[in-house]
Amino acid sequence: MSDSIANVTDALASGAARIIDLTHTLDPDFPVIILPPEFGQCARFRMEEVSAYDHRGPAWKWHNLTLNEHTGTHFDAPIHWISGKDVPNGAVDEIDPAAFIGPVVVIDCSAGAATDDDFELTPETIEAWETEHGMIPADTWVLMRTDWSKRSGTDYLNMAPDGPHSPGPTPAAVELLLKRNIRGFGTETVGTDAGQGMHYVPPYPAHYLLHGAGKFGLQCLRNLDQMPPTGALLIAPPLKIKGGTGSPLRVLAMVTR
Amino acid sequence: MTRQSYEGVVLTAPISVPYVRYTNETAHWWIARALREALIKIKMTPQEIDGLSVSSFTLAPDTPVGLTQHLGISPRWLDTVPMGGACGVAAIRRAARAIQAGDVDVVACVSGDTNRIDSFRNLLSAFSRFAMDATFPYGFGGPNASFALLQDAYMQEFGATREDFGRIAVAQRVNALSNPQAIMKNPLTLEQYMGARMISDPIGLFDCVMPCAGAEAFVMMREETAVAKGLPFARISSTIERTNAFPDDPIQLRGGWAVDIDDLWAMAGHGPEAIDLLQTYDDYPVICMMQFEDLGFCAKGEGPDFVRKHDLTNGGDFPHNTSGGQLSVGQAGAAGGYLGLVEAIRQVTGQAGGTQVENARRALVSGFGVINYDRGLCSSAAIITGETV
Amino acid sequence: MTSALPFPSKKDPQKHTPVPVLPPVSRSRASLGLGVMAAQGRFGLQVCVECEAVQYPPRDACLKCLSSELNWQDVSPYGTILAETTIRVSPEPYFRERMPWRMGLVKLNAGPMLNCHLHGEVGRGNNVQMALKLDKAGQGVLIALPLEGSENMQDDPTLRAMSCNPKRRRILISDARAPIALALTEALLKAGASHVFLGEPEAWRAWPERKAFEGRENVSLLPLDATDTSSIAKLSAEIGGKVDILINTASFVRSGGVLGNDTTFARDCFDVNTLGLMRLAQGFGPGMAARAQDGINSATAIVSILSVQSLMPDKNYSAYAASQAAAHSITQSLRAEFRGSGLRLVNVYIGPIEGDPWFQHLPPPKVTPNAVARATVNSLIEGLEEVPCGDIAKDIYARWRADALLLEREITGEAP
Repeated sequence: MSDSIANVTDALASGAARIIDLTHTLDPDFPVIILPPEFGQCARFRMEEVSAYDHRGPAWKWHNLTLNEHTGTHFDAPIHWISGKDVPNGAVDEIDPAAFIGPVVVIDCSAGAATDDDFELTPETIEAWETEHGMIPADTWVLMRTDWSKRSGTDYLNMAPDGPHSPGPTPAAVELLLKRNIRGFGTETVGTDAGQGMHYVPPYPAHYLLHGAGKFGLQCLRNLDQMPPTGALLIAPPLKIKGGTGSPLRVLAMVTR
Repeated sequence: MTRQSYEGVVLTAPISVPYVRYTNETAHWWIARALREALIKIKMTPQEIDGLSVSSFTLAPDTPVGLTQHLGISPRWLDTVPMGGACGVAAIRRAARAIQAGDVDVVACVSGDTNRIDSFRNLLSAFSRFAMDATFPYGFGGPNASFALLQDAYMQEFGATREDFGRIAVAQRVNALSNPQAIMKNPLTLEQYMGARMISDPIGLFDCVMPCAGAEAFVMMREETAVAKGLPFARISSTIERTNAFPDDPIQLRGGWAVDIDDLWAMAGHGPEAIDLLQTYDDYPVICMMQFEDLGFCAKGEGPDFVRKHDLTNGGDFPHNTSGGQLSVGQAGAAGGYLGLVEAIRQVTGQAGGTQVENARRALVSGFGVINYDRGLCSSAAIITGETV
Repeated sequence: MTSALPFPSKKDPQKHTPVPVLPPVSRSRASLGLGVMAAQGRFGLQVCVECEAVQYPPRDACLKCLSSELNWQDVSPYGTILAETTIRVSPEPYFRERMPWRMGLVKLNAGPMLNCHLHGEVGRGNNVQMALKLDKAGQGVLIALPLEGSENMQDDPTLRAMSCNPKRRRILISDARAPIALALTEALLKAGASHVFLGEPEAWRAWPERKAFEGRENVSLLPLDATDTSSIAKLSAEIGGKVDILINTASFVRSGGVLGNDTTFARDCFDVNTLGLMRLAQGFGPGMAARAQDGINSATAIVSILSVQSLMPDKNYSAYAASQAAAHSITQSLRAEFRGSGLRLVNVYIGPIEGDPWFQHLPPPKVTPNAVARATVNSLIEGLEEVPCGDIAKDIYARWRADALLLEREITGEAP
């Protein structure tokens, strides 16, 4: 066992393996999901200086933060959705920490998303990927690469009068991922569901079906274009928030060169 | 009711402590100097002081009560007269009656103020509630601006010119050149007066007094006491005072003297023609002109003509402000309310030195004080005479 | 004739910015009533309840009958200038810097004599209209104005120093997304503002109304979010030295009472409406205060668009009303804190705005964005501090002034 860990540290030290940061910087200007105004809203990231080596604290600088569990690059726990509210150990503080480090595969949808804002991840796409890379192993993170993280400003949410337009999985695709018994599903967009995901049956299938099945979500990821389709290790431990439905977090991937 | 005469009470020991433009000394210091000189003249120790009348703007936080302990004196009669330019005459009215009644035997009357750098501004700021609320927020011109408004209205109403006011200032400067204690030492021509810079139109530089530090004093006592001490003395023939006269006049074109002038002459038993010299309160020449009218030397509105027709110098036909007045001697705060009176005592007792008017037996002294808002509220006048008239 | 205000030259970087000095500040308690009147743009003096004598200067007992019942009430402002002077020498630094200074004595037709400032177009003998204005010390002072002024009468230096006139000034509107922002921008430009900066919060969130601002001359959209201290610091570092008037339009409204709600919306209300105002004042205020007497385009005012619900309970908008009441309190503290600089804090109180979705279900009358814009610009030109705008705000404001406790009972006593 200790040899395995030594192998990992050696690989990192030698450069045989490297770490990719899949996280956006927590920044007041980073978009959050927008809901109809009469609903409660996701708090934007805000940082207030407590002291900065000044009369408020002469030798130190620190900040108070305000943010939602789902602000910035973040983790969704099963209890985030109504379908997962009764999932055992469904809150971030209850999840077995072993789930936070594990294998990850990346399905590249960037070509489709480049031409279609409403690009759908379908069972066909997944099966085509599996034809090339083999069946998605059980208990694996599946990340949907769209290069959406390279967008900025209003293009990121891509709001229109009929709602946001961004890629995401169809209900059938989510069903297929569940059939593979994945660990969780991650995207580069503001949610795991498509911008127009409310119009599917069920609405927001990624949230509804995945969390109902006790699976996790990751969103607002970046740098997926640096990830191999298979063979990487994902490190995604959320903050241990009592009863938390999710958490902003640092998402790292370990890949071999 | 017929007013009781002031018989038996006399004015002695006129003292003027030379003025300075700025000083670090306090009002206490200036008052003490005047008081000490007066006591030396009447050969009395401070401990023997029987009565004291004080006028000062800058004693704060003290009052004349605190001043007694400061100076180590214990008077049985203490008065303070807050009537500014009218304080000298008001002080003798009160003290004379107290002496006649036997409440007090000898009263030292003293006024004085300090003038530090910037203390004039501070003094003005706290001068009165109405001034703080309704005068100084409007350009903070101080008394210059207030009198400018009066003079502006007066000039419009009666056709006075700046030259008319200049004649008063120029004549006083002539008198001042004979007074070694005057702050102003140089002659002043009408051309210089007219050419001087404007301060608050139509008030120019030589319409204004120079705020400075200084003190004035005299001592009142029974005539027999003065005789026993061998002191020259003056008698009080008649007095008047008035506060807040003509409140419904929209702008001050006449002072309180106009209310009481008949009383002044009736008590004196003669008219203006019997006056040998006049000491008016002269913080601005326009007020002198108003006093010429309101005291009966000419009719209302004839002031400009009066100054054109008379020579106001000590050698002239109408000696006026014989020491040079505040316009040339300087204005040492409340001492300005004593200046004319102290000079008049010197004149009628033949002690005026270089400014002495020939055969000066009967002097009229008038006071004017406290521009609380838009006008001077206090007026006073007294006729004093020499030992023999 | 007043000559038109020149365009200010660009700031000379080698010249020291003049330190703000104030005209005399001290007043008696009675005289503070002049400021109360001036703040509302009213001309009023104390009038004796018993004998109806009009009093001036303000006092504590009637000058005719000694009654101590003196009420401040509106008085006819007409009178005649009896005398005037041009002051050329003053020991007071504020006036020394502005010599010569004209003042005069006016006989008010209603009775009293008034020492007053003179507008450049009036002089001795003229019939005038008196006005009460707030001077740089924030105190109510009298000025004699022409009955019919010339085209540029507002440019008179004495009058302009008592106003916060947007002409030739640069204005920052904190939230371009506010329903009143466009109307306000247009009204300010029409009044001669040289530039209007608008804060754009959450530029990542598209808003179609943005097009109306784009490409306009003398209008800039810049990133600014009243809830984000860092965005305020950043913009202040960029344009803080050019903000002469700051108008806070940021607002967050949610309906509902205290019960049956959580504190999440309440927190948002406070974050935007109360703390947002604080952050903007902290970010821009000190720089503005330092430039409060910096020539033609000196910094002059912070305007707070407040809901009139800041003055009254509202069980249908409890948290919103509470945050507005807190903001109102902040404006009062700011007034005191800015006193030393002469920077003014203007409160414009409004009722529900026409077209605001959070008040969509309420019956009329509502106030239009144009009306709010007009009232705001007018308050700056006239130099007001307290400005109820629209029928509802005027009604509530008057009732609040008359009896705040009675207003509470009237409002809370309504049937559910």
